[in-house]
Amino acid sequence: MTLATHPLGEDRRKASALVSSFSGPMLVRALGDACLKLDPRKLTGNPVIFATEIIAILATVSTALAVARGGDWGFALQMAIWLWATVLFANFAESIAEGRGKAAADSLRATRVTTKAKLLDHPSARDYTLKPAHELAVDDVILVEAGEIIPADGEIIEGVASVNEAAITGESAPVIRESGGDRSAVTGGTTVVSDWIKVRVTASAGSTFLDRMIAMVEGADRRKTPNEIALAVLLAGLTLIFLIAVVTLLGLGAYSGVKLSPLVLGALFVCLIPTTIGGLLSAVGIAGMDRLLKVNVLATSGRAVEAAGDCDTLLLDKTGTITFGNRMATEVIPAPGVRPERAMEAALIASLADETPEGRSIVELARGQGVDVQAPAGAEVIPFSATTRQSGLNASGRVWRKGAVDAVLKTLGMAQGEMPKELAAAVDRIARSGGTPLAVSEDGALVGVIHLKDVVKPNVKERFADLRRMGMRTVMITGDNPITAAAIASEAGVDDFLAEATPEDKLRLIRAEQAKGRLVAMCGDGANDAPALAQSDVGVAMQTGAQAAREAGNMVDLDSDPTKVIEIVEIGKQLLITRGALTTFSIANDVAKYFAIIPAIFVGALPALGALNVMGLASPKSAILSAVIFNALIIVLLIPLALRGVKYRPIGAGRLLQRNLLIYGLGGLVAPFVGIKLVDLLVSALGLA
Amino acid sequence: MNGPGWMEIVLTIAVTVALAWPLGAYLARVWQGERTWLDPVLRPVERVIYAGCGVRADRSQGWLSYAASFLAFSAASFVVLYLTLRFQDLLPLNPQGFKGVSPDLAFNTAVSFVSNTNWQSYVPEQALSTFSQMAGLTSHNFLSAAAGIAVAAAMARAFAAHRGEGIGNFWADLTRITLYVLLPVSLVLAVAYIALGEPQTLLANVTAHTLEGGKQTIALFPTASQEAIKQLGTNGGGIFNANSAHPFENPNAWTNLLEIVSMNVLGYACVVAFGRIVLARKDARALVTVMALFVVAAASAIYATETQVPPAQAAAHVATDVSMEGKEVRFGAPSTAVWAAATTGASCGGVNAMLDSFMPLGGGVAMFMMQLGEILPGGVGSGLYGMVVMALIAVFVAGLMVGRTPEYLGKKVEAREIKYAMLAVLILPLAILGFTAVAAVLPVALKGLANPGAHGLSEILYAYSSASGNNGSAFAGLSANTPWWNTTLGIAMLLGRFAYVIPVFAIAGSLVAKPKLAATAGTFPTDGPLFVGLLVGVILIMGGLQFFPALALGPIVEHFQALQAVAAR
Repeated sequence: MTLATHPLGEDRRKASALVSSFSGPMLVRALGDACLKLDPRKLTGNPVIFATEIIAILATVSTALAVARGGDWGFALQMAIWLWATVLFANFAESIAEGRGKAAADSLRATRVTTKAKLLDHPSARDYTLKPAHELAVDDVILVEAGEIIPADGEIIEGVASVNEAAITGESAPVIRESGGDRSAVTGGTTVVSDWIKVRVTASAGSTFLDRMIAMVEGADRRKTPNEIALAVLLAGLTLIFLIAVVTLLGLGAYSGVKLSPLVLGALFVCLIPTTIGGLLSAVGIAGMDRLLKVNVLATSGRAVEAAGDCDTLLLDKTGTITFGNRMATEVIPAPGVRPERAMEAALIASLADETPEGRSIVELARGQGVDVQAPAGAEVIPFSATTRQSGLNASGRVWRKGAVDAVLKTLGMAQGEMPKELAAAVDRIARSGGTPLAVSEDGALVGVIHLKDVVKPNVKERFADLRRMGMRTVMITGDNPITAAAIASEAGVDDFLAEATPEDKLRLIRAEQAKGRLVAMCGDGANDAPALAQSDVGVAMQTGAQAAREAGNMVDLDSDPTKVIEIVEIGKQLLITRGALTTFSIANDVAKYFAIIPAIFVGALPALGALNVMGLASPKSAILSAVIFNALIIVLLIPLALRGVKYRPIGAGRLLQRNLLIYGLGGLVAPFVGIKLVDLLVSALGLA
Repeated sequence: MNGPGWMEIVLTIAVTVALAWPLGAYLARVWQGERTWLDPVLRPVERVIYAGCGVRADRSQGWLSYAASFLAFSAASFVVLYLTLRFQDLLPLNPQGFKGVSPDLAFNTAVSFVSNTNWQSYVPEQALSTFSQMAGLTSHNFLSAAAGIAVAAAMARAFAAHRGEGIGNFWADLTRITLYVLLPVSLVLAVAYIALGEPQTLLANVTAHTLEGGKQTIALFPTASQEAIKQLGTNGGGIFNANSAHPFENPNAWTNLLEIVSMNVLGYACVVAFGRIVLARKDARALVTVMALFVVAAASAIYATETQVPPAQAAAHVATDVSMEGKEVRFGAPSTAVWAAATTGASCGGVNAMLDSFMPLGGGVAMFMMQLGEILPGGVGSGLYGMVVMALIAVFVAGLMVGRTPEYLGKKVEAREIKYAMLAVLILPLAILGFTAVAAVLPVALKGLANPGAHGLSEILYAYSSASGNNGSAFAGLSANTPWWNTTLGIAMLLGRFAYVIPVFAIAGSLVAKPKLAATAGTFPTDGPLFVGLLVGVILIMGGLQFFPALALGPIVEHFQALQAVAAR
């Protein structure tokens, strides 16, 4: 699925500051890097290409010997050129993939702060001394004012400011950062646009988010992922098998009276070993990370990207992902015997200090209906917490609360059954309509119920159906009661839901899923999400989220879009599919190469084997040369596919395999027959062999 | 080629596959230690054996311990058998008064029977005493087969486990498989063979006076009983040199059918039992389908080549449309073709015709079946684990294409499994091509060849393919009872059995500890025609492609040369 057809993410289609596409200088740089990578020591990690280089050296020596002896060196020279080209093309694929990351890293490096930081002498004062940013230590408290770049990662301990995070996210609209809560983390390199903040430094120079990001996109500490290792083992095994097949031809050929030159055997060997996938393997991996970067997600390891493709269970927070985040209060239903205005007033007072969109919507509803009171003097704010699941005010002995119905009832010491019939009916009606009921209490008495409406985003149902076809189960996580949750779950089409979820419940659910052998993906932004993010196999933290969450997850979404996790899964799958497709293609190619080379090398001594020349190649030499040329060119031709990735389609594993087997398996079988024949026509027309 | 011929081929294979289902169900019960209807008779025997040998049957072994038991048992068997053969002149039941066997032949033969290969470099009726045959060879026909099946049982348990540790008890597996499966089925088969006319006697030989007044000494052995386990345990070592082409080993069409069925049925049954234990019956059915497809294809190819007008005979204007050289008249081309496919696919090695006399491509197909890894359906037990190795590779390569770390039967296929699978897959090309390439240029080896040119290369290639695949059939034409051939073929057999099985154990050990995952819509299906097609492709490309150059210089070039020679006339 592309971004364009992605209903939840259309707002995200903006130019990213991080990723530029191909450009002339980049290609030149990649070509230079590719030449540097010819150093055999740099190729030891890639046995297939390493083996190819050894054969290329052999071909070069054999050319030199032919020249020295005054023999026919034209053929040997061409072989040497094309064998070196094979190695160079493979290196080029890797360099160009890395090049995109390097370009991104350069642009990030430019935003690194070189100015001085205002180090506060005392956290509560505003006096400061200037200190170079790179000398800041963890727990230093600094002041950042409008127009200044935040010099280090940190947490706001005082103040509110709008911050432009374009340097990191590419999004130029500033975001609000404030002390306390989950929006208190700031990132070094971003700019304060208005107001001022005091920031406690949480990372010293060299280990900041920006530093890690640069290291990531540059691939500085790129390690092979488990899957890549498995594939590399397979390719090394194949290389050994074909080494055996080619070396033993010396004995078999000698018996049959066939004279085999090392050059020709080397060519056969290079054609048979999986150079296509061997040359493109690391490029595929780097390009996968790059694609993540393109959708503004940073992964801490390639392993996490792979794990994303493997996920079976996706935990999604209801709010913001499945429904529009802002639930709006639409009505307040008074308890029997309570005047509607009084119920409204209680709801208003309980919400006065509530800065959440829901709280503000209650205030707006009340004021819209002409009910307006100020907070009582000396009121003590009781903030919402995940465990009490209610908030409100205490003032001069009086108590106002609003919150989840069961939580409020519990505080009042009431059982569910003791609720007045009318209210119980209202709660039920609201919940079943997919809304959220909030109970309002005043001085220990239940006075009414607030109706919060929750609207499911369009198209999510189709999206979840896609996920189901991918084999992923979606579980909706919500703090709502089970009835509300069920209503929304059925409207959105999720497979399961966890209602009245506390952070502990979330963690327990993840562990239970993992015990069944499933991999779990989730996203989260709050500090209380941190344990669950750490426990999950793919934990996507929101860039706007709490520092603890960002540390715990193995990916950070710079756009802070909780639906992004779906895209991440697709990118993970795409990465694996691309590897599998290229491997299949590479191995299937061997059949045609055998039919090109085997008759060519034997036909001199055993004319009967000319019958195997099914492609009708012009001459033995042109057949061998054509196979080698095809083998080199196919790498270049497949670089765009390796970088772009094979498209993932949510059509179910069976059909997807059928499709890819047809294209890359059967295609891999047929394509080289056509390709080698075409190259042969050209080679013989030009009189090259 | 004619309708009845094709029918014969298809029916034979269909009957074999159909019989594998009940046998597989029974085998699964034996593997799991469950009650069978033979319990009243055999359970007390089993207990006595355990008590006598100090086996604690309920103690499940980890893979290392299981593998060590398997290897220790095989090593001990080898030593005992080697000594038995070397000193058969000092042992009882030697009515013909044969001498002790030479060291290199004793090595070759002991390896051969311990590794379930049954390659025979000697003429049995002229070299081995009745004691050597019965106590030495026949006992290993049972035990080496049982050991192979035990490994398959261990593999099944590894796939069935969810974060498990042990893969079963080797000694209990060995005992139960021998007692409950091999002995009773062999007994039934032996009685059937006796009824159908095979001799069963301890007499040395009879002397016949021919009509022309000549005198013939006709060797006799307890043939029927040996024949039963020879085929059932995919051993293939005949009691006579001519193997099942000999009228005592295979007197008529009925024994022929029974022998073909019995040499493949247990191989398929292992897969069926595997499917039952792993709770993947449909997946097992897919594996059986792949195996049967190859056997049908190979039998058809051989039937087709053997019923062409032989080029040389066509050139000499001999009116025939079947190449009958080397075939028994009582079996004809179709029976010979299906036998050849079954025996080379199954690592059995018994023959009912002389493969050396096949048309070049017919012999080439037989050779290719062995080179594909003896998994079609393969030797008893070894066919299953070899097929699992191939399936793991297939699932890995293609499973990536559905965008998940590949899984097979609920177990993730990761670097460890692939590493061991590739190690196992490397063994055959290394042993087959390596030894062939050396033998092809070594004068001491070439002395054993009966034919020059491409056919001679085929003989070498066939011998090493047969030994490495633990098949044991011979292309004939090769005099292999020399120190060079006995030693290198012995090493090839050792590699094919033991170097292969160690990575297989490691795979089982890795899989058993993994969690068993539930299949989802995102899981790559391994039970449908798509997987069958994929696995066929992987077996051909990964298992067979590396042999193409060697085959091109052997049977393939011989084929084209024959055609050219005829055309030139």
